[in-house]
Amino acid sequence: MTDNDHAVLPLTPKIWVKRLTLTNVRNYASLTLEAPAAPVVLFGSNGAGKTNLLEAVSMLAPGQGIRRAALADLARHAGGGDWAVAASVMRDGEPIDIGTGIRGDQVTGQRATSRIVRIDGEGQSGTGALADVVEIAWLTPALDSLLTGPAAERRRFLDRLILCFDPSHRTRANRFERAMRQRNRLLDDGVRDDAQFRGLEEQLAESGVAMAAARLDAVAALNVVAERRRSRAPDSPFPWAEAALEGTLEAQLLSEVAAVDVEDQYALDLARTRERDRAAGRTLTGPHRSDFLLKHGPKSMPGRLCSTGEQKALLVGLVLAHAELSAARKQGAAPILLLDEIAAHLDEYRRGALFDELLLLGTQAWMTGTDRSAFAGLEGRAGFFRVDDGFVTPF
Amino acid sequence: MSDKIAGPEIERLISLLGRMPGLGRRSARKAALALLKRRDDLLMPLADAMRDAAEKLTECVQCGNIDTISPCTLCADPRRDQTMIVVVEEVGDLWALERAGAVRGLYHVLGGHLSPLDGIGPDRLNIAKLVKRAHQPEVTEILLALNVTVEGQSTAHYLTDALEASGVMLSRLAQGVPVGGELDYLDEGTLLAAFKSRSKV
Repeated sequence: MTDNDHAVLPLTPKIWVKRLTLTNVRNYASLTLEAPAAPVVLFGSNGAGKTNLLEAVSMLAPGQGIRRAALADLARHAGGGDWAVAASVMRDGEPIDIGTGIRGDQVTGQRATSRIVRIDGEGQSGTGALADVVEIAWLTPALDSLLTGPAAERRRFLDRLILCFDPSHRTRANRFERAMRQRNRLLDDGVRDDAQFRGLEEQLAESGVAMAAARLDAVAALNVVAERRRSRAPDSPFPWAEAALEGTLEAQLLSEVAAVDVEDQYALDLARTRERDRAAGRTLTGPHRSDFLLKHGPKSMPGRLCSTGEQKALLVGLVLAHAELSAARKQGAAPILLLDEIAAHLDEYRRGALFDELLLLGTQAWMTGTDRSAFAGLEGRAGFFRVDDGFVTPF
Repeated sequence: MSDKIAGPEIERLISLLGRMPGLGRRSARKAALALLKRRDDLLMPLADAMRDAAEKLTECVQCGNIDTISPCTLCADPRRDQTMIVVVEEVGDLWALERAGAVRGLYHVLGGHLSPLDGIGPDRLNIAKLVKRAHQPEVTEILLALNVTVEGQSTAHYLTDALEASGVMLSRLAQGVPVGGELDYLDEGTLLAAFKSRSKV
């Protein structure tokens, strides 16, 4: 679409981190960073703490962050075990203060088991409330094997993308998970009392079908955006992906069976398969067994069979399509993107194309790399910071 | 840094107060200080009240409520509607309903909810007595006022089953739009629940 970088008319991000303050997080004793309403480039040598910064930003969203680390692991070694991330996030021109972290109990010496979350100074129960404040999506080197690895990783990836425009997806998933664990325990305990199972199985059916429906909706919407991207830029280096879901509930929903009937059927199936599940030691049917499949559109090839570079490009394309979809559903507010080591697998041409797309989207994309020159295409259009072992300097 | 600021008796008072829900060590110190400063008109009466309560504390034989008499104050009150039993998980839930003045019936406290993960099965809850009460001729309605959590709802399901044979009318609290709530701000789950339990106006 563009043959030179300057043809891009950047959109100002509607959600962006204005100020980020870290206290005893990973290798940062204390740090305050003022970021611009534009992409952010963090460069520095290996082990300097670039990914740690992205991880800190990811803690502004619900869940465990980009590394899925245990809460205690985020604490700085020489610190007292407590850590905190505070941020002033701008949303549609209004600042929102977010504070999160853990505090060990000094009296009992007990380890913190849950993350403290404060929004505009008010304590929240759980991290879920963050989903209403800030949307964040990410792509990290750990996700490079997403298409070849286990289905659980792909489900988690899709569920996280869905959270950006459907925060209640998390409630449904938690409810399903909780009911399933209770049912598994009943099976494990040798309980055969029908009445104890049925209450749980009805809830599994209700939340499970709602989960499957939300995933189907997201996949269909992603495919629509992919199609749009394809007609807009047929030669994009980030090929359009054809997304699909594979699972029993999804298949029934797709064949136009009414959701309530799928619920009834699933509850019946669960009741019928108790002994099979008891022998297996877990619940064998449900949305927790579904797979999220990606096909390389232009090649019509399953993503897992593509080359490493193609897989990366496919994922970048998916994340961009998702950001576009999320923005469309959130009054033009594109999610914050965390793109760790993004330059590593992309040549200069692809990097340029990516930067253009990010600017057009109006996302505050946080990118890391060892080499500043890899981001030359963003010169003057992004905030550059040099990261040196726990210190960050605007550059 | 030592945080001992007084003799062992006062330290013990502070540390015990600090174990109250909602009180940290800081607020416990504040509360202790207030008590110490008002020995005669606050500390002594409170100590007496606590000893009194501790000595007389008992569980109601009928409903499982905590009181100093058994049957409890609520069960013994003849003005209460004897045809309705409201089932709650904990005494705290009973107090909440009483505060609202919503119920004039009798209560039944289960003492928790079914949770296989915590090793709590039906035999650990106050269910057998409830089934017996359901068969009393004057009882016509049992309201399951349980939490809308996975455990609360599976407990409600279990009770529905266990109480079916008694023939009493079973009801549950409505789920949906909170008082003062704007539809625009509700999540889909709550809206759906509200829609399902809509009522005629």
